[in-house]
Amino acid sequence: MSIEQSMRVEDKLFYNRYLVDTGRPHIKVRPHTKPSPQLLSMLKACPARCYELNEQGQIEATVDGCVECGTCRIICEETGDIEWSYPRGGYGVLFKFG
Amino acid sequence: MIAEKFDAIVVGAGMAGNAAALTMAERGMKVLQLERGEYPGSKNVQGAILYADMLEKLVPDFRDEAPLERHLVEQRFWMMDDRSHTGLHYRSDDFNEEKPNRYTIIRAQFDKWFSQKVREAGATVLCETTVTDLARDAHGKVIGVRTDRRDGEIHADVVVLAEGVNGVLGTRAGLRERPKPEKVALAVKEMHFLPRETIESRFNLRGDEGVVIEAVGTISRGMTGMGFIYANKECISLGIGCLVADFQRTGETPYGLLDRFKRHPSVAPLIEGSEVKEYSAHLIPEGGFKAIPQLYGKGWVVVGDAAQLNNTIHREGSNLAMTSGRIAAEAILQIRSRNQPMLPQNLALYKKKLDESFVIKDLRKYKDMPALMHTRSQNFFLTYPQLVSKAMQNFLRVDGTPKVDKEKLTLKSFTKARSRSGLFGDAFRLMRAWR
Repeated sequence: MSIEQSMRVEDKLFYNRYLVDTGRPHIKVRPHTKPSPQLLSMLKACPARCYELNEQGQIEATVDGCVECGTCRIICEETGDIEWSYPRGGYGVLFKFG
Repeated sequence: MIAEKFDAIVVGAGMAGNAAALTMAERGMKVLQLERGEYPGSKNVQGAILYADMLEKLVPDFRDEAPLERHLVEQRFWMMDDRSHTGLHYRSDDFNEEKPNRYTIIRAQFDKWFSQKVREAGATVLCETTVTDLARDAHGKVIGVRTDRRDGEIHADVVVLAEGVNGVLGTRAGLRERPKPEKVALAVKEMHFLPRETIESRFNLRGDEGVVIEAVGTISRGMTGMGFIYANKECISLGIGCLVADFQRTGETPYGLLDRFKRHPSVAPLIEGSEVKEYSAHLIPEGGFKAIPQLYGKGWVVVGDAAQLNNTIHREGSNLAMTSGRIAAEAILQIRSRNQPMLPQNLALYKKKLDESFVIKDLRKYKDMPALMHTRSQNFFLTYPQLVSKAMQNFLRVDGTPKVDKEKLTLKSFTKARSRSGLFGDAFRLMRAWR
């Protein structure tokens, strides 16, 4: 399993259980034309790869697979690039082991 | 609004929050604990090692009932380069004692049990409730919390903030700053399941004996970081963490690091054939003594990871969390017994007691370590591990080279990489920060 090939993070997230709060993402990216260096760094730093670059060169976040670590809050909240809250009670990732 | 007023509200059901809620409820206080997860533990992530002494002070007979994994009899420190590790191992049969000192645990399961103790002590534990704001009176004193439930505002004499390392609430309320990327690490972890016997034979364990491996070196690609492997009963917790600022600077991916660590020739055989059942990530406070925020104010105290109480050097966090939660609760109980208000001049007792405990004493001892490790991460996490590996291989490989020449070669490789003054400087700085 581990020797042959590296797994994609999407496959890792498949192990986890989530209760998605449809239509109410707990992280919102501020509309922008060109992403800041902080926001750009999230393409790599987010452990669940929630951040992606769209065709217009802007960063979008899809938080369904978010593991709620807060890394993007630490990097991007101060610059105003994102709004970060915890999901509503009961929603989000549900760790069986933690 | 919930009309009922509580003596104390505890935000969060991790180690610190449970310790605080349990201590107050046991002594008859009317306690409400709020947890955003579906059940206590469902949002909590840790390696995890449990330190018995600190839990014993809260639940003396926890060994009879708590979901523990393995008691640790062995610690392995590894310094790794890409193909090798140099190890310092300590294993002792003394750790096979009647009341073992350290255990591996699985947090989601452990926390569920811990929370049950809190309920049994009489606290009200309300899950699936995210606290959104603190409620204050006209004088700015915290008088309760607002939640995302419809009838959201609940009042109490004092609020214990045990909201974890990523404590949004405290920052939002202006009680403390958001941790800087240099002051927190991001760790990612997988749970690898294997048959019990396989784990025991691969790690050289009998019965419920356990082992911990902690590894530094080229696995963190020059960043300040550490890999870990903990043997549980039927699974292995395997992960790696590095400073958030380092991830930001280097563009390394956390899952990329994790996969490289798993593929390392010293690690791969340990997890071969395993079934992964969870992938998690969490922040770890790394700022040490100098990153501790204001610990109390008008109607509030902050405990555990939210207060950045984590000993990076010894990799202790949950015990500092439990202890700070217990001490905060004891201070609150004392203030109550004197019929004094929950104001800063009285809540300062919490800080006074914490300062006298191992929590602050240990953090103060290592107050200069974070800065040293963080500013010279290339040396400590890349250069030295590579040099040590080369030196070990040179020492062990028998090839007809006279030993005198071998020693010269090793010495030269060190001075070439770090220079004489660099070597002395590193040693001196390390000693000074350790002292």
